Amino acid sequence: MTPNPTLLIQQVQITLHGETLLAIDRAIAPGEVLTVMGPSGSGKSTLLAYLAGFMSPVFKAQGQVFLANTRLDTLPAEKRGLGLLFQDPLLFPHLSVGGNLRFGIPQRTANKQAQLAQALHQVGLSGYEDRDPATLSGGQQARVALMRLLLSQPRAVLLDEPFSKLDTALRQEMRTLVFNQLRDAGLPALLVTHDHADTKAAGGPVIELG
Amino acid sequence: MLLRLAPWILISVLVVPLAAGLLMVILPAFGYLPVLGGETFHFDAWQALWQRPGLYRSILLSYASGLITTLVALAIVALFLAASRGTWLDRGIRRLVSPLLAIPHAAVAFGLAFLIAPSGLFVRWVSPGLTGWERPPDALIVNDPLGLSLMAGLVLKEVPFLLLMCLAALPQLDPERRVTLARSLGYSANIAWLKSVFPVLYPLIRLPVYAVIAYATSVVDMAMILGPTLPPTLSVSILGWFNDPDLDHRYMASAGAVLQLGVTLAALLTWWLGEQCVKRVSQGWLINGARNTGSMAIAVGGRLLLTTTTLLAISAIGGLVIFSVAGFWRFPDALPGTFTLDHWQRILPSVTTPLLNTLSVGLAATLSAAVMVVATLENAVRHHLPVSRSQWLLYLPLIVPQVAFLFGLVVAAESINVRPQMALVIAAHLLFVAPYLYLSLSEAYRRLDPRWMQAAHSLGASPWRAFWQVRLPLLLAPLLTACAVSLAVSIGQYLPTLLLGGGRVPTITTEAVAMASGGNRRLIAVLALLQALLPFIGFSLALLIPRLAWAKRRQMRGVA
Repeated sequence: MTPNPTLLIQQVQITLHGETLLAIDRAIAPGEVLTVMGPSGSGKSTLLAYLAGFMSPVFKAQGQVFLANTRLDTLPAEKRGLGLLFQDPLLFPHLSVGGNLRFGIPQRTANKQAQLAQALHQVGLSGYEDRDPATLSGGQQARVALMRLLLSQPRAVLLDEPFSKLDTALRQEMRTLVFNQLRDAGLPALLVTHDHADTKAAGGPVIELG
Repeated sequence: MLLRLAPWILISVLVVPLAAGLLMVILPAFGYLPVLGGETFHFDAWQALWQRPGLYRSILLSYASGLITTLVALAIVALFLAASRGTWLDRGIRRLVSPLLAIPHAAVAFGLAFLIAPSGLFVRWVSPGLTGWERPPDALIVNDPLGLSLMAGLVLKEVPFLLLMCLAALPQLDPERRVTLARSLGYSANIAWLKSVFPVLYPLIRLPVYAVIAYATSVVDMAMILGPTLPPTLSVSILGWFNDPDLDHRYMASAGAVLQLGVTLAALLTWWLGEQCVKRVSQGWLINGARNTGSMAIAVGGRLLLTTTTLLAISAIGGLVIFSVAGFWRFPDALPGTFTLDHWQRILPSVTTPLLNTLSVGLAATLSAAVMVVATLENAVRHHLPVSRSQWLLYLPLIVPQVAFLFGLVVAAESINVRPQMALVIAAHLLFVAPYLYLSLSEAYRRLDPRWMQAAHSLGASPWRAFWQVRLPLLLAPLLTACAVSLAVSIGQYLPTLLLGGGRVPTITTEAVAMASGGNRRLIAVLALLQALLPFIGFSLALLIPRLAWAKRRQMRGVA
């Protein structure tokens, strides 16, 4: 595998009806988590949607996003290699746990089954492959969602308040798990949140919006 | 790329035949029909038309039955919804609505005719005990000159349609909160609903209401079974003139078709004027502060009227079942003396072809409509397109009366050397199937949480992979329901099948309606039941398949 790249957000400016919503110019190194904080309406979700490639056409954006030498902002969402972790686990309800994980694994991967078993083992869910995701607890679903993301071999990760809907006890556990996994994989990550505890757990640089 | 064209393909498939059909009706109405040697424009056809005996009565019948039935059906639905409070009765009736909607018009008409005819079930049940009648009374109940039984039949079909449209539109209005608020101001629940929910609900169902008016003013199959005969409604007269061996009648028939268009437009205009008046007048009522006046009447009337309608429709089908297995049956006996399967056995061998035709036309039309509609919706959600203004074009085939353009469509097809055949029947069915498919699918399609597709894309799935592996499975249940609705619409089509097939593509519906004047009730009952059975199978499959497919997926069963 090639060494992990840096995520470059170059002079990005997002406007709505001609008014500037936010401007950002940053580099995120492999294994680093950049936290973007701000109240609702500050445009942090729009920034995430812009990076991921889902921004609504009512917004206009300038600037460039690079991952190594690849320019991302002109690519369609599925070709950007950016993994996304949502507020909800969003496990596909029509697929089994294993089916969800397989959905993420790139087609020409060797040894899919071994990877899948290894991933489930890592989060303590061995033997859950054939389960209906709806029968899993919230914490278990969050862990499957994380593994699905990592198995899709992203080159950088975007986190959209991924802990906000978990209960307090689970929250700290998931933070540790997610940030450790991202650090181990050496992936640059951008975290959007309004919870200071998230920022502390992420341990990286912080940008305040709004 | 092809996807971007999808909405335009869909619209042209619907609008081009409609426009061609209208053109080829309007031109002959003014004397221009080169195939028959008419190459100059004149008003001869109109003069002939105005001299037809009973024309004014035909016009009046069509105009009035359209407006009256729509008003009655809408009132029944609105009163029921106002009175409905989620009791078991209310929920039961709601659940019965879609199967009732699936029963084809002709089957309902036959069922109703067998109930109310002088020798029908109602008279039998009360004779001779209450009436003293030993033989059927000599009264014209079915085919009555005022069109009352036709109107009753139309109301039976319109109520479930309008109710379903209301139930589909209601969730976005959050009716519970509106009613709770009004009740906290001291309004009784029924009045609260009528004053705070209905005024915002009506604009959302206006288009279906217009479709009902257009349909009721121009219906052919029901009018042939239940409607007056001397003279019949305008649409039935037009059909007669078109089928007249004397080809010169074609000009008059075309003029009649244009007249039908005018009658329907007049009815729509009348309704629209009525809307404006009600809007003005009701302003005062909405804010007069009366909190309870009429509440009791609504509570009783709303439930009673809809229950009656539902029971009537169910007894109509029950009546068909009894007639289809009746052996010897003396007059005032409430039930047949003997039961037999003879009628079924006698008729089944001869309906194989019509059954196969019905299914192939229905499936072909539904499948092609599904592909076009899904492509159109997929294009819209993929490119974040708002609900487009051109959408109303999709509903044009439901607003323009069938008799007004289908004859023209036959002429238009013949002028490019396409003879009536099954492919044309399918194309014509598509005109009515596609709008209903769009109507029943678009909400579910647009409402699917966009994050499912975003999650799929962020995992590296291409738009098409995400479509096949995520969107379609998640939308399986609504998609199958929409297809079942379309199939039911196709199965019920009479005029398009008859005309575009040139009478050589018999379906179960054309066969059943053709027997209407013949009068062997037992055979008619078998055919009408077969006609009602096919859509029922479609709806059952649409319910069953998702249940089996998602037997092990809890959340999917909640979605379905």
